[in-house]
Amino acid sequence: MTLRATIVGAGVAGLCVAAELSARNVEVTVLDRAEHPGPHGCSWWAGGMLAPFCEGETAEEPVVRLGQEAAGWWERQGVEGTRNGSLVVALGRDRRELDRFARRTEGHRTLGRDELAELEPQLEGRFDRALHFPDEAHLSPRDALGHLREALEARGVRFVSPENRPQGSACPVEGREAPILGDGSGAARAVGPDGGAERPGHWTFDCRGLAARDVLPDLRGVKGEMAVLRAPDVELHRPVRLLHPRYPLYIVPRGDGVFMLGATQIESGERGRATVRSVLELLSAAYALHPAFGEAELLEVGVDARPAFPDNLPRLRRRGDTIHVNGLFRHGFLLAPALARMAAEYVCDGKTPEVMDENHG
Amino acid sequence: MATFYGTEVASRLMLGTAQYPSPAILADAFRRSGAGIATVSVRRESGGERAGAAFWDLVKELGVRVLPNTAGCHSVREAVTTAQMARELFDTPWIKLEVIGHADTLQPDPFGLVEAARILTDEGFQVFPYTTEDVVLADRLLEAGCEVLMPWGAPIGTGLGLTNIYGLRTLRAQFPDVPMVVDAGLGLPSQAAMAMEMGYDAVLLNTAVAKAGDPAAMAEGFARAVEAGRLAFEADPMEPRDMAAPSTPVIGKAFLE
Repeated sequence: MTLRATIVGAGVAGLCVAAELSARNVEVTVLDRAEHPGPHGCSWWAGGMLAPFCEGETAEEPVVRLGQEAAGWWERQGVEGTRNGSLVVALGRDRRELDRFARRTEGHRTLGRDELAELEPQLEGRFDRALHFPDEAHLSPRDALGHLREALEARGVRFVSPENRPQGSACPVEGREAPILGDGSGAARAVGPDGGAERPGHWTFDCRGLAARDVLPDLRGVKGEMAVLRAPDVELHRPVRLLHPRYPLYIVPRGDGVFMLGATQIESGERGRATVRSVLELLSAAYALHPAFGEAELLEVGVDARPAFPDNLPRLRRRGDTIHVNGLFRHGFLLAPALARMAAEYVCDGKTPEVMDENHG
Repeated sequence: MATFYGTEVASRLMLGTAQYPSPAILADAFRRSGAGIATVSVRRESGGERAGAAFWDLVKELGVRVLPNTAGCHSVREAVTTAQMARELFDTPWIKLEVIGHADTLQPDPFGLVEAARILTDEGFQVFPYTTEDVVLADRLLEAGCEVLMPWGAPIGTGLGLTNIYGLRTLRAQFPDVPMVVDAGLGLPSQAAMAMEMGYDAVLLNTAVAKAGDPAAMAEGFARAVEAGRLAFEADPMEPRDMAAPSTPVIGKAFLE
C-alpha cells in the first residue's frame, strides 16, 4: 500500500520532511500559502551555518551529534554548500572567552597568528589566536530552500495552497486558530512493524513552526534580528564567530561580497520590529571584527521569532494521524535533516525516534 | 529568614533569569539551589502584544517570588516607565532599580538612581536599588524611601568578586539594620560566602550561574556557600590574631625522643 503524507508548512522543516518521505516513495503533498520560499517564514532569516561543534558551547548533546548529519544531507539534495570549516575569535580583553569556548566544544584546533593569516588573510594581525572547526560547513538558506523545493517538485511532490487543497485531503490550516486534525477520512490503515500498533495510511506532518502554538502550548518564540551587508572590500571564506560577553556575533559569507550578520536572541515572540539597539550591536560587532565593514552597504535588516520548546531541543510529537515536527530553535538547517529522517523512519519503518516526546496513536 | 519590605524569604540566594542555555536549564538551577527570588528583566524583552509573555510565564511557573528589574535602563525616565510596566506584568510593588551611568562598566548612575528611587517610592513601589558601596549614596537612597540596599560586589557580569572589601564592611557597619544584598560581580561561591560572612542578608547573581558549564550544579554550589557564610556570620566568628595559639596545649606533652 502506498503511504500518503500531507505536510503543512514549507519552511526548512517541512521541505526536509518532504524530501525524506518522497525518497521513501511516500506520496507527498505540501500545503503552503506561498508560491515560493520567502520572508514569511523564519527559515528565510537563518544564518545557514552547519556548525554542530560550535553550537555545542551552549546546546545539549543531541544538537552536536544529530547536527553532524546536516552537511552531507544538504549535499545529497544537490544544495551547494561550502565545507570550509568555521572560525571563532575574540577581541583583546575578551581573550579568555576563547579558552572557555575551547573547553566546552570539541572538533577544533587552535590557530596562532600565522596560521590564521594563512586561512583568512584579511584577519591577519587582528587576532593573535583563533579556534578552527575544520569539519563545519555553511550554506545559503534562501538558495537551499528554493533549490530543495524545485527538486521536490521535479520528483512529483505537489505543493498546493491550503485554499486549493484537494477534497478529502487532511489538515485545515487556513488560520492560526484552525486546529490540526488527523486525516479523518477513514483511509486504509496498515499494521506497523513495531508490534502491531495501528498505523494510518495517510499521515499529516505539522511543520508550521511558531504558528503551531495553537496546539503546542509549550512552544515559545525567541526573537532573532539579523542584517545583510555588501562589503566588497572584505573577503572571508568561512563563517566567523566573534565572542563577546555582551554582543556575540557571527558573520557568514554569502559570496559576491555579501555577508549575513546574526543574530540576537531575545525571549520574545515578536516577529517584526528590529530595534535600533540590536542592529547597532550587530553592526558594531562586525566593525570590531573588521573595520572594512564600516564602509559596507546595509542591504537588509531582518527579524523573526524561532520556535523553541523549554529545553531548546526539537521534538517529534505524534497525536493520532498527525506528527508535529517543531522546536528547531536556532538549528533549523542544522537539525531539520536528522529530524526529517527520524520522522520518515517512524512512519515507514516503525522506528521510534529519540526526539519523540509524545506518541498518542 | 531574610526579610525584605516585610516579606520573609527562606533562601538568601537570589538568581537572575537571563543568559541560560534554555528555560529548562534555568528551571533546573532554581530547583537545585532552592533560590527564593528570581529577578527578571522586562525592558529588553518588551514589545507589542506582550511578546515576552511566554518567557515570563515560565519564570512565574518557577514558584518563587519575582523581583522585576530595570536592567539596562540609562535614564530616570526609562527606569520609571520600565518599573511601571513591571508592576503591571508581575503584579508586585517590588522593583530592582538599575539606572546605568556608564556604558562600559555598567556602573550605577548615583544621581539618577536617587531621583528614580524617590519617584518610585512616592508611587508606592518597594525599591531595591542597585548601588555602589558608597555610604553617602546609601544614606540618600534611604532618605528617598528605600528600605533595602543592593551594593555591587564588582561590575555586572565580571565575576571579579568583592573588589572593595573595606567599602562593603563599612557600608554594612554603618547601616546594621537595613537589609542589604550584594548584587552583581560574583563569580564563585567562595565570594558569595564571604559576603554572607560579612553580614550581608543575601546575594544576587546571574552570569556566574547562567554561563557556567553546568548551571544547575553551580547554582547549588552558590546555595551551599550562601548557607555556609550565613551560618558563620550567625556563629560569631573568632577574630584573627597574630599570636599563634595551639588548640591543644603543649605544656606537659611527652617528649618523643
